[in-house]
Amino acid sequence: MQTLSLTVNGRRIERSVEPRLLLSDFLRHDVELTGTHVGCEHGVCGACTVLVDGEAVRSCLMFAVQAEAARVDTVESLGSEHALHPLQEAFRDAHALQCGFCTPGMLMTLVPFLRDHPSPGELEIRHALSGNLCRCTGYANIVKAVALAAERMREAGAAPGAAE
Amino acid sequence: MTRLVGQPVKRNEDARLLTGRAQFVDDVHLPGMLHAAFLRSEHAHARLRAVDLSRARQRPGVIAAFAADDLGDYWAPGPLLVPPPPIPDLVFRHAPQVPLARGKLRYVGEPIAVVIAESRYVAEDALADIIVDAEPLPAVVQLEAALAPDAPRIHEQLDSNVAAHALQTTGSYAKARAKAHRVIKRRFHYDRGASAAIENRGVVAAWDASAEEMTIWDTTQAPIPIRNGLAAMLGLPESQVRVIAPFVGGGFGPKIMMFYPEEVVIPWAARAIGRPVKWIEDRRENFTATTQERSQIHDAEIALAKDGRILGVHDVFLHDTGAYDPYGLTVPINSQCTLLGPYKVPNYSSEFTAVFTNTPIVTPVRGAGRQHGVFVMERLLDLAARELGIDRLEIRRRNFIRPGEFPYDHKIIFQDFKPLVYDSGNYEPALAKASALIGYDRFVREEQPRARSEGRQLGIGVVAYVEGTGIGPYEGARVTVEPSGRVRLATGVGTQGQGHFTSFAQIVADQLGVGPDEVHVVTGDTRTFSWGTGTFASRGAVVAGSACHAAAAAVREKAIAKTAELLGVKPKHVSIGGGRVYLERDPSKGFTLGELAQKANPLRGGVTPGTEPGLEATKYFGPERGSTANGVHAMIVEVDRETAQVEIKRYVVVHDCGTQLNPMIVEGQIHGGVAFGIGNAFYEQLVFDDGGQLLNASFMDYLLPTALDVPAIELGHVETPSPLNPLGTKGVGEAGAIPTGALFAQAVENALAGTGVEITEIPLSPSRLFTLIADSRRVGPVPAAAPSARGRALCLEGTYDFGGSPGDVYALLLDPRVLASVMPGTKRLDRNGDRYDGVLDVGIGPVSAAEFALEVVVADQIVGEQYAMRIEARGKLGFVSGTARVRLASNGAGTRMSYSAELQVGGTIAAVGQRMLDSVSKAMSAQALKALERSLRARGAASTPTGAAS
Repeated sequence: MQTLSLTVNGRRIERSVEPRLLLSDFLRHDVELTGTHVGCEHGVCGACTVLVDGEAVRSCLMFAVQAEAARVDTVESLGSEHALHPLQEAFRDAHALQCGFCTPGMLMTLVPFLRDHPSPGELEIRHALSGNLCRCTGYANIVKAVALAAERMREAGAAPGAAE
Repeated sequence: MTRLVGQPVKRNEDARLLTGRAQFVDDVHLPGMLHAAFLRSEHAHARLRAVDLSRARQRPGVIAAFAADDLGDYWAPGPLLVPPPPIPDLVFRHAPQVPLARGKLRYVGEPIAVVIAESRYVAEDALADIIVDAEPLPAVVQLEAALAPDAPRIHEQLDSNVAAHALQTTGSYAKARAKAHRVIKRRFHYDRGASAAIENRGVVAAWDASAEEMTIWDTTQAPIPIRNGLAAMLGLPESQVRVIAPFVGGGFGPKIMMFYPEEVVIPWAARAIGRPVKWIEDRRENFTATTQERSQIHDAEIALAKDGRILGVHDVFLHDTGAYDPYGLTVPINSQCTLLGPYKVPNYSSEFTAVFTNTPIVTPVRGAGRQHGVFVMERLLDLAARELGIDRLEIRRRNFIRPGEFPYDHKIIFQDFKPLVYDSGNYEPALAKASALIGYDRFVREEQPRARSEGRQLGIGVVAYVEGTGIGPYEGARVTVEPSGRVRLATGVGTQGQGHFTSFAQIVADQLGVGPDEVHVVTGDTRTFSWGTGTFASRGAVVAGSACHAAAAAVREKAIAKTAELLGVKPKHVSIGGGRVYLERDPSKGFTLGELAQKANPLRGGVTPGTEPGLEATKYFGPERGSTANGVHAMIVEVDRETAQVEIKRYVVVHDCGTQLNPMIVEGQIHGGVAFGIGNAFYEQLVFDDGGQLLNASFMDYLLPTALDVPAIELGHVETPSPLNPLGTKGVGEAGAIPTGALFAQAVENALAGTGVEITEIPLSPSRLFTLIADSRRVGPVPAAAPSARGRALCLEGTYDFGGSPGDVYALLLDPRVLASVMPGTKRLDRNGDRYDGVLDVGIGPVSAAEFALEVVVADQIVGEQYAMRIEARGKLGFVSGTARVRLASNGAGTRMSYSAELQVGGTIAAVGQRMLDSVSKAMSAQALKALERSLRARGAASTPTGAAS
């Protein structure tokens, strides 16, 4: 066992974990943040994407101990049910989710993408999404949602908390 | 009255899903919960002699381990989920799946044993402690080979591998053929894909001993039948078993299958141990343990009049049912029925043989056999159009069933046991609309020739289909208005993303005059609603939706009657809206729904005799038969003749699903269906080798379409309400996926027109298309479609020239110390006569280095000339077994060694290491041969290598 201390969604956490414990399992089972989903455990589907120090990372490809001292943000760090993040709001408005299983990973991939690309074109959006598999939607509405979110977030400008 | 049905209402369930707060099965955490892992067969076909769990049970953290015999009387073959329909002379032989294998292993991935431990990690560790004594048998993989008289039998109690046989006819094809102007015949292949829901399957079971109650969370599409079946198996009253299908991360068909072995074993284990047990499938398990679909081979023939009218169709096909057939004949019967499409086929003969193979079980996957039928018919029509010189759209138009001809009886039996009668449809406008949207005429007249002149291969496809949806038997719903005014709706069908929380709420909200977000929907919890069958066959909205409508209408009537009674007026003077029920001419007089609910449930006083308390109603709906949706898909592609890459330039769908409950959800379903279809058509194929090993069991090797592969889809609608339900709706869930293969084939073939490429198989892939294009450039007939099996997993051969004499080389090659030093990863190698035992550490591609026990028996030795080796290597990550031959001959200066090996590879290394297997083994043999050369030199023999490993 190894001690691990990190920040998850702004909360300082210290745990003793097995070195082989995946970050995805640590978040889901130890910290009980089950919004991060596991779809393939080999880094292809992207459902388990979280932010590690602000960048999108597949939590199934990382050991929890590798996140020592890091700042990890999961989908639970975005909006709440009654105050959705603009990206979540856009997903809802554009019907960009069906079963919703891949959605948390999509959102966490897109948060840093929109931070770095505030006015993305369609192809850019599709490239950004190409590492996240969705079996339900056919992606078209996700692409629309991202464009919509980008537009709204630009309009909201520097409104506090509007964007990551 | 506000009408919400038909509006693109945003989904009630989204906020929970978007914030990560929706509960999926793997999110269930219970105090004291244990974790299960299943040991699965590495062999496609083997005799299972013994399973030794003793070491696994001793591992710290392991609570229990069970094999078939440990289940005692609980062990029983699974039920037949769907009995065969009443087709005359039908043969059906049921070979049900079992909870844990006993006596025989019939597909790679079949569960043999389960370990229950404190964590999933420990449970998986313990799988490696289990010793399985299995004797491999020849596997049956190819459909036609399975029917050979001497084929190994998968189920020994049966006299062949035939699972079923059915013939359905209407009219006389022989007579139609005799008077036909033209007869066209082809063989068509459709191969397997995975459903690949992003959420794998999972089961959590908790036994409450004091209440004698079992609670099960299951990623199922059919919680109520699961509850009923498990109650019987566990010997519990149905009321003591609660099955919850919470949010389910995509279903696509396989999650309707029952009973999966894990569903049977986990609740039993939870009760046996007395602690909650969770099992979550991992992706690699999903590739073989979750059911699959689509292998069929059709020999089809169409008889045509000169004007392109269909006189008859004759189809004989083989259907792959996998190792067991729990789902009956739904898939092949769908193929048989859906082939007819929107066309009049006066004479039809369709005969199929379902075949057992040593591959994962086949049950419906989005489309459920319909793809095959559409593919065969549309391809035949494409060929007919070409041969008769009729435009592709025109030949379809000439054969459409006309609007005045409904209900249209095809005079054969459908999967719901009812005659295949189309309730409604209007095909011509759908075709016209699709043709206009994609600009068919202009494309064919201008764009395509222009592109051609620029050297670009553009093609267009237009296909039509009819889909039987919304079948029975029934579903139910209960609508309750609580005293708080909150409206609750409970129904039995679970949800896998179809938006039931919203579309059902719309239906109820319309009746009760409330907002759609004011209706709280509960689906998929047997405690809340315990009658129903499940979410499948594009039936949720049609059948459960109609039940919701009926229940809400009954509550509305109750509320109006109660209000009329309280106000002393006639019910016709009472209106409902805005959460209130009121006097129409004076809306200030009335009650909120909550007040009425209170008044309808008095604590004291009397009621009119016969009054049912509360504002609540439960209603059921069972359609007379399924409603038929239909549509036309059109696509423009560009094919790169050199690389065989296909780019979809445009994709148009015109769809008729009757009344749309929520067009936003309908569009989403179609988008997703098309993406699924595109995957099936061009990216996805499960590749089994002749040994029944799946060679691409990961998302690295099995390619799902990404955001870069699925185009934007342009939609058009035609609305022909179904007369078979009060909403007029038809199913839409599978529609998008059904015609895509046929469309892909037509469009790509059209792009390659003039090259002679004819597409008679799906899935295609860039590499398969490349082969077809290359073959078309050759003279002579085009080779048959590629079967899915690809021979042995690993074949090695080559020559190497050594500097020493054959005698020296021979001695060197059989010296265990030398071999141990040259073979990469050898930790130990001992010789005992002709037998060598050792331990190897090998890693292949993504499979990290793992220990393999090696056993080699040398035979056929002629000293200095040749020998053969029977090689067996097995370890936690799989096995390699087969034969290698080595021949030595003097080549003047030294010795030329020729070697060949044919090896079967199984387990993880086959499933996920396949891409690397060839190159890694070549690299390893090259490394070994060079090391041998060095040893030879070190022994003092002069050596001048004149060749290299090849």
